[in-house]
Amino acid sequence: MPIKTRRRYIALKIDSSEKFEQKEFLDALWNAVIRLFGEYGASKTGLALIGYNMEKGFAIIRVAHTEVEKVRAAIASITEVAAKPVAIHVLAVSGTLKALHRKFGAGHQRQSV
Amino acid sequence: MKRVFADINLKPNLNDMEQVRQMALKASELGYRLIALSMPASFPLSLAEKHIQKLRETCKEKSVDITSRLNLEPKTPRELLQFLRKWRRKFEIIAVVCESKAVARQAAKDHRVDLLNFPAIDFHGRFFDKAEAELASKSQASLEVEIKPLLTLKGPARIRLLSVLRREAAIAKDFHVPIVVSSGATNPLLMRKPLEMAALATLFDLDKSSALDAVSKNSLAIVNRNREKLNPRFIAPGIRLIRMGKNCQ
Repeated sequence: MPIKTRRRYIALKIDSSEKFEQKEFLDALWNAVIRLFGEYGASKTGLALIGYNMEKGFAIIRVAHTEVEKVRAAIASITEVAAKPVAIHVLAVSGTLKALHRKFGAGHQRQSV
Repeated sequence: MKRVFADINLKPNLNDMEQVRQMALKASELGYRLIALSMPASFPLSLAEKHIQKLRETCKEKSVDITSRLNLEPKTPRELLQFLRKWRRKFEIIAVVCESKAVARQAAKDHRVDLLNFPAIDFHGRFFDKAEAELASKSQASLEVEIKPLLTLKGPARIRLLSVLRREAAIAKDFHVPIVVSSGATNPLLMRKPLEMAALATLFDLDKSSALDAVSKNSLAIVNRNREKLNPRFIAPGIRLIRMGKNCQ
């Protein structure tokens, strides 16, 4: 019987004076993971974008629970999105979306994925 | 007990007080409770003291502690000794950027040096080998790793840097040389949260607890040790002046 993969939800804050499209943000995220850990490593992260708020510069991603530190390192290594300087900070890591939303309130809730 | 995080290597443009203030406030926002501005030896001492004083006032309400740090870049061991004689008692942290092997060895064996820093881009200029580590472990010097090059370098240069850092971290661990991970940030966008710095430190094979110590305990130990030494009541490690009798005056 396959073992169920435990997941972690990570809330991110995009620190920049610019606003980015969801695709630009996601590309930067995947590129950072692939650059640091390669395609094999990236495939193990189970990375997925759950929510993105362009106006507020917030995002929620989902990763495999064993890969949280790797993804955190990859996120920290991002210095630009769409050739514009940026810093992305991890606000919180949680086991459920509900707990994450409880921490950050309705303003950062799931938008179109 | 909750960890206290420190970033003892902020490198803003010291002539731009607004940027200095912004970076100090950013550090507070990111969760640091102790920061240090890196000052080159050429920076006027009176201005450095003024900057630190101003920052202390700004950061007081944010409960961020500011410590003074001097970066020495001597060309020869002799010059290093001159610098140390001149500056040691004026700064709480002394870091030496080792640009030659002779300077690196002298810095590692001198107990007045707190941090050994090596150029990130010049891989032949990194002299942290077993001999260096042995000297450093005896003199309580720490190895400093800046995160900024890990963020700014790309491709083969970053691969090479990670490989060198992995080797150095293993040597430091073998010889019980503390590792201090600092940002080396020149602007607020290059600053990272303590846990993110620790996550980046795991890229050169530090385990999680060592990585967290590198952004908290190890830096704090240096600052506390030096603050005690710079206290006028300090006599020797473990010995302090409590009060003076009449016959002492």
